[in-house]
Amino acid sequence: MFDFFKFFGKEESSSKNIAKERLKLVLIHDRANVSPKFLDMIKGDIMKVISDYMEFDSEEIDIRITKVQNEDSDYTSALIANIPIKKMKKIGKNPG
Amino acid sequence: MGEVYVITSGKGGVGKTTTTANIGAALAMNGKKVVLLDADIGLRNLDVVLGLENRIVYDLIDVAEGACRLKQALVKDKRFDGLYLLPAAQTRDKTAISPKQMQDLCNELKEQFDYVLIDCPAGIEQGFKNAVAGADKAIVVTIPEVSAVRDADRIIGLLASNDLPYPKLIINRLRIDMVKRGDMMGIDDTIDILGIDLLGVVPDDENIVISTNRGEPVAADTNSLAGKAFRNIASRLEGTVIPIMDLDTDNSFVDKLKRLFGIGKKQ
Repeated sequence: MFDFFKFFGKEESSSKNIAKERLKLVLIHDRANVSPKFLDMIKGDIMKVISDYMEFDSEEIDIRITKVQNEDSDYTSALIANIPIKKMKKIGKNPG
Repeated sequence: MGEVYVITSGKGGVGKTTTTANIGAALAMNGKKVVLLDADIGLRNLDVVLGLENRIVYDLIDVAEGACRLKQALVKDKRFDGLYLLPAAQTRDKTAISPKQMQDLCNELKEQFDYVLIDCPAGIEQGFKNAVAGADKAIVVTIPEVSAVRDADRIIGLLASNDLPYPKLIINRLRIDMVKRGDMMGIDDTIDILGIDLLGVVPDDENIVISTNRGEPVAADTNSLAGKAFRNIASRLEGTVIPIMDLDTDNSFVDKLKRLFGIGKKQ
């Protein structure tokens, strides 16, 4: 249905929507921090998945949730994983 | 055997005490035996909201320390048959009682009452831990503002780690006029963010201030929209299915015109 207000861009910039977007962002961080186990669980699962493909030092893995700026210079949350690779396993190479 | 509900919010000033008092009064109006337990030790207010401040002899801490029997500390509300208050101590602090003592107290209370409603203090410290210790279920009260919703989300997480998953949500002080013009998060927005089931929506209503001034629960006021909202919430707790009431009472000429042309905002 044609929305008169949407047409003039009021919908996007309404203070309600600003509140909602800000809350969504901040809650990503709050929720990740409520349980200290949260990032450990993600780390464990990522290690499980990639260990078939490469060798890495599990002590050196750095996983965090952080704010990053996208192209429109809006802030958004991102899961950043820094995993130094020791050695690639054969299975990870292109066949042939 | 009754049920123990803790009414909590994280943030202060969103209406926990008013909500506790009014759900309690409404349940009593429905013929239930209800005790309201003020867990806000040192900052008690449930007594004044209910208008029972002059009838307190003993309090929660006296019971916990064995200075009196439970029955002696219960203040009977003469206006609502079946409604009782167990007041908090005003001159003590949160360390005067332990989670274990609260648990024992709740277990004793739910043998005698259909509903035990605990008014939780603001914050996430000792007072919160005491208040949730004896609860079977939790109700989270919030208002549609960023600070309150953020704290509510945190409380939902903490409730889950205290064996109280799936709390029910009450959205308090909703202003439908602001929601309609896009300046306040609405019911769907708030549920979308918090991701828990809705128990009820209480509109912003000046009758709350008036009735609290008088020490009379607004739930007894048949002319008040907020009163009706609290009565609906009480009935939902008892298992009756009641749809969320239509708060959109605004039927101005412009609104009708907008709807006619299909440009009114969908609620």
